[in-house]
Amino acid sequence: MVSAPAAGSRAALLAAARAVPDPEIPVLTLGDLGVIRDVRVVGDGAVEVDITPTYTGCPATAVIASDVQVALRDAGADQVRVHTVLSPPWTTDWISEAGRSKLHAFGIAPPGPTVPAARAAGPVRLVLSVRCPRCGSTDTREISRFGSTPCKSLWTCRSCAEPFDSFKAI
Amino acid sequence: MTSPAAGTRTLPPLAAYALALGDDALILAQRLGEWVARAPQLEEDIALANIALDLLGQARTLLSYAGAVEDAGRDEDDLAYLRDDRDFRNVQLVELPNGDFAVTMARQLVFSAYQYELYTALLDSADLTVAGLAGKAVKEVAYHRDHATQWVLRLGDGTPLSHARMQAGLDHIWPYVAELFDTGDTAAQLPGVAADPAALRPAWEQYVTPVLDEAALRPPEPRWRSRGGRGGLHTEHLGHLLAEMQHLHRSHPGASW
Repeated sequence: MVSAPAAGSRAALLAAARAVPDPEIPVLTLGDLGVIRDVRVVGDGAVEVDITPTYTGCPATAVIASDVQVALRDAGADQVRVHTVLSPPWTTDWISEAGRSKLHAFGIAPPGPTVPAARAAGPVRLVLSVRCPRCGSTDTREISRFGSTPCKSLWTCRSCAEPFDSFKAI
Repeated sequence: MTSPAAGTRTLPPLAAYALALGDDALILAQRLGEWVARAPQLEEDIALANIALDLLGQARTLLSYAGAVEDAGRDEDDLAYLRDDRDFRNVQLVELPNGDFAVTMARQLVFSAYQYELYTALLDSADLTVAGLAGKAVKEVAYHRDHATQWVLRLGDGTPLSHARMQAGLDHIWPYVAELFDTGDTAAQLPGVAADPAALRPAWEQYVTPVLDEAALRPPEPRWRSRGGRGGLHTEHLGHLLAEMQHLHRSHPGASW
């Protein structure tokens, strides 16, 4: 048994921030998603947290910032300052293995590995098959590259005839 | 009404640059939002709204940055909602009414391919905010470009009717394309930070031309071309767009949720 980090320590605060559920996909924590980049206890006793948005326009970003503030205060932080950092840009490659399993169990196909968008040679029109999270079939079809949230695309399974969301590799 | 002082306000070059790129994204986001509940398919309603949302995210970052660099106390909302048309720095292409779906897809192809080359070039910007935004945005824009490409191919190389309408859409927006690549004063004043628009054109053509070829579409040879959006000269359409976009904010000054 590993003893819990001391209350108010950087490790405890980081764990608290990472444990906050994502507002859009609550089976994932922000830690699973990889959007908590750093937590620092600074000179005046305030806690600074760096959060990277998944998409520049993702409406969940503001909710995430306020949820993290609440969680850090509950974990003993007096004053919390949230910074949005864009660089390095978030990528689905940062979603943890645990996060991928949770997505699958939740009925969302986890993202495949990313191809660097910039400087990729030529237009990428080849879409690799996505495995249906319900029945496991690879006989699936993309209906729309844009789904219910910016991070997901819409697919349908030819085997079980169910529609499903797929997390876009980005 | 626009006061002369507001219309001629001189911004630091970096603020002017961020404002120009931000205005392009903001105005096109507003146009794409008009498709919601009107697109030919439910999936397209969602797709166009998603693309608009990405552009709005880019606009918020760029307008906030322009305000911070200007250092005159204007935030993203002040810049979006309290400027009049002559103070907007977007190219005229993005303010044109949506037209039919083919016009919208022609514009999406042209503009997303431009933004893709722009943000790719800006990955190496010496300004870390600009480079940071570019790193995020280029990944989003890759999806926008792919979306438009697939529609242009389907419509251009589809039925005689879809082909004719796709070609008409392309003819309609093409006079506004050259303006994207005009090298204005602003980019020239920011070596190492801004991307020279003219230098983006070869890579843009390298992407767009084969798509049009494959879609059996002809790039038109327009007899005229638009100019001046970056200097605040706009079509009559921008004022109407702003009236709708700014109405709520201006009717309830200082209101918040």
